[in-house]
Amino acid sequence: MNSKMTDRFATFIFGLCAAIITAILVGLFSYIIFNGAKELNFDFLTTRSSAIGSGGGIRDQLFNSFYILFITMLITVPLGVGGGVYMAEYAPQNKVTDFIRTCIEVLSSLPSIVIGMFGLLMFVNLTGWGYTIIGGALALTVFNLPVMVRVTEDALRSVPKDQKEASLALGVTKWHTVKTVLIPGALPSIITGAILASGRVFGEAAALLFTAGLSTPRLDFTNWSPFSDTSPLNVFRPAETLAVHIWNVNTQGIIPDAEAIANGASAVLVLSVLLFNLAARWLGSFIHKKLTSK
Amino acid sequence: MKQIEHTEASDRLISSKKNRQMDEVRGSILVRFCAFLMIAVSIAITIFLGIKGLQSFIVNGVSPIEFLTSINWNPTAENPQYGAFPFIFGSIAVTLLSALIAAPLGIAGAIFMTEIAPAWGRKILQPVIELLVGIPSVVYGFIGLTVLVPFIGHFKSSGSGHSVLAGTIVLSIMILPTVTSIATDAMGSLPKSLREGSYALGATRWQTIRRVLVPAALPTLMTAVVLGMARAFGEALAVQMVIGNTRNLPESIMDTAGTLTTIITLNMGHTTYGSVENNTLWSMGLVLLVVSFMFILIIRYLSSRRKI
Amino acid sequence: MVQMLAEKKEIAAKKAPLQAEQILQVQDLSIYYGEKRAVNHISFEIEKNAITALIGPSGCGKSTFLRSINRMNDLIPGARSEGAIMYEGLNILDDRINVVNLRREIGMVFQKPNPFPKSIYNNITHALKYAGEKRKSVLDDAVEESLTKAALWDEVKDRLHRSALSLSGGQQQRLCIARTLAMKPSVLLLDEPASALDPISNAKIEELLGELKNDYSIVIVTHNMQQALRVSDRTAFFLNGDLVEYDATERIFTRPAQQKTEDYINGRFG
Repeated sequence: MNSKMTDRFATFIFGLCAAIITAILVGLFSYIIFNGAKELNFDFLTTRSSAIGSGGGIRDQLFNSFYILFITMLITVPLGVGGGVYMAEYAPQNKVTDFIRTCIEVLSSLPSIVIGMFGLLMFVNLTGWGYTIIGGALALTVFNLPVMVRVTEDALRSVPKDQKEASLALGVTKWHTVKTVLIPGALPSIITGAILASGRVFGEAAALLFTAGLSTPRLDFTNWSPFSDTSPLNVFRPAETLAVHIWNVNTQGIIPDAEAIANGASAVLVLSVLLFNLAARWLGSFIHKKLTSK
Repeated sequence: MKQIEHTEASDRLISSKKNRQMDEVRGSILVRFCAFLMIAVSIAITIFLGIKGLQSFIVNGVSPIEFLTSINWNPTAENPQYGAFPFIFGSIAVTLLSALIAAPLGIAGAIFMTEIAPAWGRKILQPVIELLVGIPSVVYGFIGLTVLVPFIGHFKSSGSGHSVLAGTIVLSIMILPTVTSIATDAMGSLPKSLREGSYALGATRWQTIRRVLVPAALPTLMTAVVLGMARAFGEALAVQMVIGNTRNLPESIMDTAGTLTTIITLNMGHTTYGSVENNTLWSMGLVLLVVSFMFILIIRYLSSRRKI
Repeated sequence: MVQMLAEKKEIAAKKAPLQAEQILQVQDLSIYYGEKRAVNHISFEIEKNAITALIGPSGCGKSTFLRSINRMNDLIPGARSEGAIMYEGLNILDDRINVVNLRREIGMVFQKPNPFPKSIYNNITHALKYAGEKRKSVLDDAVEESLTKAALWDEVKDRLHRSALSLSGGQQQRLCIARTLAMKPSVLLLDEPASALDPISNAKIEELLGELKNDYSIVIVTHNMQQALRVSDRTAFFLNGDLVEYDATERIFTRPAQQKTEDYINGRFG
C-alpha cells in the first residue's frame, strides 16, 4: 500500500473512533433520558421510597442528595478559598509548599471507596456517630476541599497583577487587598469551579455507602428544626442519597420495580449534573460580561 | 542596627504595637491554617488506614504472604483462608483490559480533534467528553447491569452475563473521557513547527502523526493512559454491579470474578467491625491506598520526562 | 524647543538653586535582583515641591529606583537593596519601617491606568475606608477634593457611582492620580504616566503635574525627553544602573557636563 492510501485509511480509522465515542455518548444519554422520562412525574419525586412493594418514589433520597451537597459545600468552599488564598498569595517557594501541592494532588485523586473507608473509620466508628449526614459530608470534604483550593488558586492567579499593585501602592495591606480586590475579581471563576465540583459531589456514591449509610429514617417534612430526630435537617441522621439508592435497589434490595426506580433516579441524577454544568457555564459568562462591559 | 530616634515621623512610619496591621496577621494565620489542613488530612488518612489495614497481620496473625499470593479466599470456613490474590488479580485484569480498549480509542479521538478536523472536531467531541464525565459511576454500573449483562449472557453457555468482560467494557467507557481529554491536551500543546517541518519534507498526515507527533507527545500520552488506569483500579460500584462478585480466579473474560473494590463494597456491611474477616477487608483498602500512591509516583515520573 | 529653553532659563535664574528644601536623600543606594545589580551606588537628593524627571534608555534602572522609594520592590522575590533613602529622618529601606503607612505618604501612579472594576466613588474611597474613615460626609468631601485636584471632577461629578471602566484612558489615569491624592501623600511617584495615552490626554496630565507640584513633591520616570524638558525642574540621567548626571533640567538639556548625557540627549543611542 502506498503512503497516500495508508493516509486515507488512517484518516478513516480516526474518524471512526471519533464516531464511536460520539455514538457511545448519544446511546447512553438517549437510554437514560428515554427510559427515565417515563418515570419522572411529580409523584415519583415526592413519594417516599418503598422497601418491599413497588410504586415507591425518591423523595427522601432526592432531598438527601441536595442536603449533603449543601453541607459539603458549606464546609469546603470557605476552607477551600482560604487555602487557595494562601497558595496564591502567601505561600513561599519552598519544600513545604511543594508538599502541600502533593497532598492536594493525592487527596483529589484517591478512589472514592478508599475515602469512604476513611470516613467509616473516623466519622462513623471513632466518633461513635454511626451513619450520619455530617459523616458523609466530611468524607466528601476529603476530596472536594483540594478541588476548591485548586480552583481558588487558579482564579486568584488569573486576576491581573496591576490590580493588586494599585491597591498595595495606596497603603492597603495584602490581606485587605485580597478581600476587597482579588477575591471579587476571582469570584466568577471560583463560582464556576464550585458549581462544576458540585456536579461530581452530587453523583458520588462509593464514599457515602459507609458514611451516610443505606437508609433514611422516617422524615417529617413539616418539622424544620435541625435538632429534632424526625426533621430532615438533622445532620446526625443516616441519609441514603440518590446515587446510593440506585446501587442499593439493584444489588441489595428486593423490590420488584427496581429497574424502573433506578431508571427514573438515573435520569434525575444525570439531568441534575447537566444542569449544574450549564449553570456554571452560564453564570460564569454572565458575571464576566457584567464586570467587563462597562 | 542603629537605634531609631523617637520623632513624630517614627511614630507614623516605624512598625510598632500601635500601628501594626492586625488584620494582616490574623488573615495570614487563617489562610495558612486552611492550607495546612491538606497536610493534616493526608497524614491522617495514611496513618489511620495504615494502622487499621495492618491489624489483620499484626493482631490477627494473618500471613501477609498468604494474603497477597494465595488464591483461596475462605474466611468463614473451619480453617479460614485469607488469600486475596483472586481479587488483586481481578483488579489488575480489568484495569489492564480496559486500558487496552480506552487508550487507542481515546488517543485516536484526541488525534481526530487536533489533527484531522481541528476546526470542528473539538466543537463536537469536547462537549461529548464533558457529558461523559458528568455521568455518575452508579449510572454506568446500572446501565451495564440492565443492558450489557443480558447481552453478554446470550453468548455464555451458562450463567448470567456477569463477567470480567462486562466489567472491562463498563470501565473502558468510564475512563475514556479521562484518557481523551489529557491526550487532547498533549497533542494540542505540540509546537506548530513540528508539524510544519514534517509536512515540508513531504510527509503525509498519517506519517507525520505516526513518526513525529505521537513520539513527541508520548510522555503525556502515557500519563493519560496511566491516569485512566488509576481511575479504573479504584472504581468500585460500577464494576461491582456487573462483574459477578465471586471469589474464584477467572479463567476467561467470560467468567465472573471479583476485585479488591467489589469485595470491600459487598462485605464491609456484612462483617462485624473488629473481626478477622473485617480486618482483612481493611487490609485490602490499604492495598488500594498503596497502589494509588504508586500510580501518583508513576505519573510524576512521566511528567518529569516531558520533552515539551 | 528653543523658546521653551529660553523660558526655562528665565525661571531657573529667578529660583534660588541649591537652597531648595530636600524631601528625599538617596545615599549610596544599590538594588539587586538576585545576583544582577540593577542600580549601582547612586546618591542624590530629591527636592521638595519640585518635579524631578528620571530619564535614560530601557533597562537603565530608573523604574527600579522609583519602585524602591515606596518599597514596591518588596513584591519581587529576590530583590534586595543596600544603602539608604532618607525621608523625614528615617531610612525607608529599613526593615522596621511600616510599609503600609509609608505608602500612604509616598503614592504611585502606574504606566497603564489600573482603576479597580468598581465605581469611580469606590475607587477613591478604597484606601480611605481601609484607613478607618467611615463617615460619609468626610468620604464625599475627599472624593470631590481629590477629583478636583486631578482635574476630573467636572467630567464625572454626575456619574460618581458608575463603573470606573466606563471612562476613557486619559480619564482613568487621572482617576488613578485622584485615588492617590485622596491619601494626602507628600510624594507622588509616576512611572511613565502618559506613555499609554493619546497626545491630548498626555498634555492634560502634564498640565496637571505643573499645578500639583505646588503641594506635592513629584518624581516622574519618562522615556519622552520632550516631556522631561516641558515638565520637570530637575533631571537625573540613568545609564546601566549608574546615575550619570543630575542637575537642573535646563542645564542637562543645554550644557550637560557628561559626554554620555549629551550623546543620549542627541539621540545617539536609544
